[in-house]
Amino acid sequence: MNYALEIKDLKKVYAGGTKALNGISLSVKEGDFYALLGPNGAGKSSTIGIIGTLVTKTSGTVKIFDIDIDKDVAIAKSMLGVVSQEINFSQFEKVIDIVTTQAGFYGISKSIAKPKVEKMLKRLGLWDKKDDQARTLSGGYKRRLMIAKALIHEPKLLILDEPTAGVDIELRREMWSFLKEINKKGTTIILTTHYLEEAEQLCRNIGIIDCGEIVADTSMKDLLRKLDVQGFVLDLESALEEEPKIDGFDLKLEDPFTLVTAVNKDTTINSLFEKLNNLGIKVKSMRNESNRLEELFIELIKK
Amino acid sequence: MKKINDINISITLWTLAYKEVRRFMRIWVQTLVPPAVTMSLYFVIFGSLIGPNINIQKVTDGFQYVQYMIPGLIMMSVITNSYANVVSSFYSVKFQKSIEELLISPMPNWAILLGFVIGGVCRGILVGIIVFCVSLFFYPDFEVANPVLTISVLFLTSILFSLMGFINAVFADSFDDISVIPAFVLTPLIYLGGVFYSINMLPPVWQSISKANPMLYVVNTFREGMLGTSDVSISFSLIMIIIFIFTLTSLSLYLLKKGVGIRD
Repeated sequence: MNYALEIKDLKKVYAGGTKALNGISLSVKEGDFYALLGPNGAGKSSTIGIIGTLVTKTSGTVKIFDIDIDKDVAIAKSMLGVVSQEINFSQFEKVIDIVTTQAGFYGISKSIAKPKVEKMLKRLGLWDKKDDQARTLSGGYKRRLMIAKALIHEPKLLILDEPTAGVDIELRREMWSFLKEINKKGTTIILTTHYLEEAEQLCRNIGIIDCGEIVADTSMKDLLRKLDVQGFVLDLESALEEEPKIDGFDLKLEDPFTLVTAVNKDTTINSLFEKLNNLGIKVKSMRNESNRLEELFIELIKK
Repeated sequence: MKKINDINISITLWTLAYKEVRRFMRIWVQTLVPPAVTMSLYFVIFGSLIGPNINIQKVTDGFQYVQYMIPGLIMMSVITNSYANVVSSFYSVKFQKSIEELLISPMPNWAILLGFVIGGVCRGILVGIIVFCVSLFFYPDFEVANPVLTISVLFLTSILFSLMGFINAVFADSFDDISVIPAFVLTPLIYLGGVFYSINMLPPVWQSISKANPMLYVVNTFREGMLGTSDVSISFSLIMIIIFIFTLTSLSLYLLKKGVGIRD
């Protein structure tokens, strides 16, 4: 099995004595789209910082495509692209200069970088803004620039630390399709996000980190399978005055036209519809009460 | 599998050096014009107005005052500008977090240090040339006594003070921290380091105290190159400058390796 990233017993204690990571281990397969989730302060950014050598580790090993960052750090870094949580480019430079310079930092000459930069800026919708100073860009365009910068040297492993934080839904969806596209072409992607829907939509495997420990490291399907109960919201055709009583289902009337229920994974939803039908209650439409992953996430970090 | 040779380090270095030069050239009104204006005022006030009334045998070893001031003022500009370029540039990349672009890249630490130093050296030397051109308006007959020594000292001094600026920026936590050293250490030492007078005019006690000032050696070595006169031993000064460059380079590389001020 080829791994894009292998972390073993990684520990980080900051100068003030704060323990950020208590010996975490995780592996991400080559070609994977992996979500690393966790609440604020769980240790996600410390982990990413260590992988990108922005944070010095206390102990443990990190390998990128089997290259130990303690041994061949330059080679390991040449295969890695990182989109940081915070904007980290010079605000006074032109967009095109920022990306071309970044290519240069990876040893790519200007003549080779030029067509790559043009292609990348066009793909991310930044070409019209290539001569604008970075500080004049909107938040969404700054995020795109961060991605262009991280990808210009064609890394085999891309780490995105909350790339869609604060971006509107349209741009978020555009980014999702772009990330799916590059993952399909072979780039391994690790994503941290607070939008759990994003992780569920994009990622095949998932790691959940809390208080510096990995509390789950599995496939998205297996994790979601663990979900015992799912909540549904039923929109009714006609108004009800009180909650109907049906054995095996806990029904709550949110308003006269809306019923909310929790269905156990061992129970089919057909039986609920059947019983509602017997009572003369017609359901117009149905949706999930909340994000399924969100429920699991809360459950896991509560333990 | 990639090998280290696959990464063209000379391109990474060239990219950073070019970026640094482009930075100070882009803001030339802030970086290149002020030294020319300030030094013109020095030449007008001290060189043309006060200079002719000074006892030149005592103060300037027999040279006309304006002529004596030229190497001192060039050196003053080179020191302050090479220092200022690196301290402000490196602190800015720390402050804006664009240092992450460099730290995440495969650039070795020596290339990062050298890239910033090249920026400082280029600005220092360019400002030195500008001040020299300004000085020719006030003393057109100036002839450089020893061009090789002059260029060597110009080069070594700008390297030395670029390294000092780098170390200052590594430890700086605020914009105050990058102005404290230039304001309270560099400027007084430069003014008392023989820019405007020969230490031979001082009483013996003050001459001895002045010899503890490292700027005296830098300024006088450069004056030896330009005028052929100095208050100090040239070979001793050159050796000390080179030793300092090696020491500060080693310290800078150590700080980068340990990640002081730049890595958590």
